[in-house]
Parts: sequence; C-alpha cells; structure tokens
Amino acid sequence: MDTVGLAILGGQIALIVVMLLQVVPLMVWVERRGSAWLQNRSGPNRMGPFGLLQSLVDAVKMMTKEDRSMAHTNAFYYKLAPLISLVPAFMTFAVIPFASQITLDDGRVVQFQIADLNVGLLYILSIASLGVYGIIMGGWASNNKYSMLGSLRSTSQMISYELSMGLSIIGLIMCFSSIKLGDIARIQGETLLQLGPIAIPKWGIFVQPLGFIIFLTAAFAETNRLPFDLPEGESEIVAGYHLEYYSMMFGVFMMAEYINMTVASAFVSTLYFGGWQMLPGMHWALTHSGLDGMAFEWARVALEAVSFTLKVAFFMWFFVWVRWTIPRFRYDQLMDLGWKVMIPLSMANILITGVLIYYKVL
Amino acid sequence: MLVKRDTKALTNLYLIEIVKGLWITMKNMFFGKNVTIQYPEQRREYSDRYRGMHYIKATNGVENCTACMLCPTVCPAECIHIEAGERPDKEKYPVKFEIDVLRCCFCGMCEEACPKDAIKLSSIYEMSTEKREVYDKDFLLEQRGHK
Repeated sequence: MDTVGLAILGGQIALIVVMLLQVVPLMVWVERRGSAWLQNRSGPNRMGPFGLLQSLVDAVKMMTKEDRSMAHTNAFYYKLAPLISLVPAFMTFAVIPFASQITLDDGRVVQFQIADLNVGLLYILSIASLGVYGIIMGGWASNNKYSMLGSLRSTSQMISYELSMGLSIIGLIMCFSSIKLGDIARIQGETLLQLGPIAIPKWGIFVQPLGFIIFLTAAFAETNRLPFDLPEGESEIVAGYHLEYYSMMFGVFMMAEYINMTVASAFVSTLYFGGWQMLPGMHWALTHSGLDGMAFEWARVALEAVSFTLKVAFFMWFFVWVRWTIPRFRYDQLMDLGWKVMIPLSMANILITGVLIYYKVL
Repeated sequence: MLVKRDTKALTNLYLIEIVKGLWITMKNMFFGKNVTIQYPEQRREYSDRYRGMHYIKATNGVENCTACMLCPTVCPAECIHIEAGERPDKEKYPVKFEIDVLRCCFCGMCEEACPKDAIKLSSIYEMSTEKREVYDKDFLLEQRGHK
C-alpha cells in the first residue's frame, strides 16, 4: 500500500473513531430525553439548546471526580476492566462498510470500509464476545458479591445468546453465500421481487424474517440492554458489575455500552437492512438530480453514507425505545427464552432456509 | 417458587405483546401530555388550607399573641417554647416565642387552639435551610401568609 492509500485509510479510521466517540454523548442525551418523552416527562432541558450540553456537563463532572483507590479491590484488573470492555467495541466497527466504493480520477478504488476481511462476520462475532471479559474482570476485581453476581450473570447470558445469534446468521450466510460484509451489503441491492413498479430489494429482512427477529433479540442480550440487562439489575443486585466503579472509570463502562449499541445497530442494518444500500426514493432523486461524472459518484457515496447512518440511527432509537417499554426478564425466563425458544427456532430457520434454497425459491 | 401461570401460547411468544407495548409508549410520546411541571418557573396550586411555614399574625405591628400557653399545651410534638412577659399597660405578651421546626409535625393543632388568631401556618412549602433552624419571634413576625 502506498502513501496515499495509507493516508486515506488513516483518515477513515480517524473518522470512525471520532464518530463513535461522538455517538456516546449524543446517545446519552437521546436516552434521557427519549425516556422522558416516552414517559410523559420533559427530561433534562436546562443546559444549552434542548439540554444538548447536559452530556458535556456530565462528562466534566465524571472527569473531575476524585479518583480514589479502594483497598479491597485488585487494583490492576480493576483498572484494566473498563478498557477491556471499551477497546473491542471500537474494533468491531472496522469491518462494517458505511458506503460502497468510488473510483477516483487516477483509477484508484477507494473502499468505504476499513478492512474488508474475508471472515468479516466471524470477526465481528468473536471480537464482540471479547467485551464480556471486561465485565467479568470488573466484577471479580471489585471484590464485591453483587458485582460478582452481575458478572456471572453476564457470562452465562452471553454464552446462551451467542449460540442463537450465531445460528441465526447461518441462514443469512446460506442465502448470500458469503461472510464478507462488503459482499453481503452489495448482494442486498439485487431485486428479490418485482411487484409492478415497486421492486422489493433482496434485503436480509425479506429473505430471513425469522432470522432477523432472533438476531435482533440476541443483539439486545449481547449488548446487555433491557429487557436483558440482568448483569446490572438495579433492583436485585444494585448495579451489578460496575457497582464499585465511579468517576471516569464508570464513564468508560458507559461509553462501552453505547458504542456496543452502535456496533450492534450497524451490524443489524448491514446484515438485514441492506447496509449502505440507498433508502427508497434516494435512487430516483439521484438519477433526476442532473449530476454527472465525479459529482454524481460523490453524491452517490454521500447518499449511501446517509442511508447507512439513518438505518443505524433508527436501530439506536429502537434500543432506547425498547428499553423504556419492556420490563426486565426474570433470570430463569431469560434462560428459558435463550435455550428453549431461540435456539430451536434458529435451528428451524436453518432447516427452512435450506429447503427453500434446495427448491430454488431463494 | 416458580408459579405456573395459565397464559395463552401466543402471549408466551412475547412478540405481539412487545409490539403492543411499543405502540403504547410511542402513543404516549406523540400524544401524551406531560405530567410533570417545570418547577421553579411553574408551581403547583395548593389548597388554601395547606399547612406550611409558621408565622404569628400581627395587628398594627403588634403581635396578636397574648402568651396564653394554649399552643405549647396542645402541641403533640412539643416544639413551641414561649416565655411570657408583661407590657407597661399590664398586657401579657411573649418575650420569647420559638418554634423548633425540626420537631414540628405540621398538624395545625396550635392554629386551632389559638383563641387570639395569632399563630398561623402559611402556604409556603419551600422550607429547606442549610442549618438546623429554630424559628424565633422576629422571624415568625414576618407576615408571610394571607390567612
């Protein structure tokens, strides 16, 4: 790779990291205002326009808090744990394409994806499950029984739901015959059905509706969001694994949660909602805009990035919406749902997909 | 103990119930009216009979109280302390009138017992202070109510 290529790659990495960091304060605001709106309240509206600066003030508060070291904790693992949950959250975004490619004037093809690994899907699944180590370490090093219970819950929950998550994706891989995320996003642009003037694209949700529901549920469990936030379980185990954390170390756990949410949303939109494929109407607007040459290409890339962002934003909002709607599961209900419902269903999904592919329906 | 509940299979699938729940919250978001108020700017309307911060009613700048000791007698929390004195015109009056507001239970019995319509509970409810306060006579003589 030459210097220009490296520069482009570096720029993309910087863009992704900065965007992911910016998502956190914004999502904290959305979560607080959104929950208020869903519950007929107003939410924080004092700092700045619409209370947008509230997260900034929160961050300042967290960073200026005293950083005490507690005698009963294991200092090394205690301080390592937040970082271990934060870093994998950033790493997973590397393989997610946020627009298709563009050919520059000098013939250079720029991919809008940091790395199009040929094991993209497996990479995401494996790195995302690394995040649980941060939670286990945090809970264990805190030397507190509530924290320990929280991290134990987290471990078993992750293991139970990773199974159904992996199995639900298999049906999708069978349909698209690829585990490269770039390929998966591209194939979803094809037409599945032509109903008069309306073309239904081959988005994952149309070929794998059951798989989508299972995957989305598992994604909620993997990000430890309600209704699956048993590792935190305020009413039972106080705050679970981050009970003994305070100041910015707690803030880093929060950041990891929101970045995990972003990655899960991006993952769901890439697999089941066409990734960077343009939303209905955008293609029409682009072809009727009168642009041509490089301007057309750049407009296309911009619209694709906007489509991807909108899809991710919708799922981020969905996470918040579900959180403030559904109460937490009891622990045995969680395990029942994971092992007795989701895994058989995802197996059935594989079987149905196989039969449909054999008879050339999909 | 695990209680077996007789729910329908469709309910146990959760999906339909979740969609219903999401619809309810969305409806509240767009059509719901806020149940909270923006406190320092907007205030709730309280009844005229609300029992808040104490004061002693004064007529022409002189307190109505004649230190008859009915209110400290009736007070269930024993928070009123009065030392009686005599004016030059031989009228009895309170030299000291203190209410230990931390002990007060705002029952309003003193207001009911008072024959001279002197001790009153106003409708002021913002009573937080930085130190443990005992209301003295000067403080209580501020006419802060409308009763």
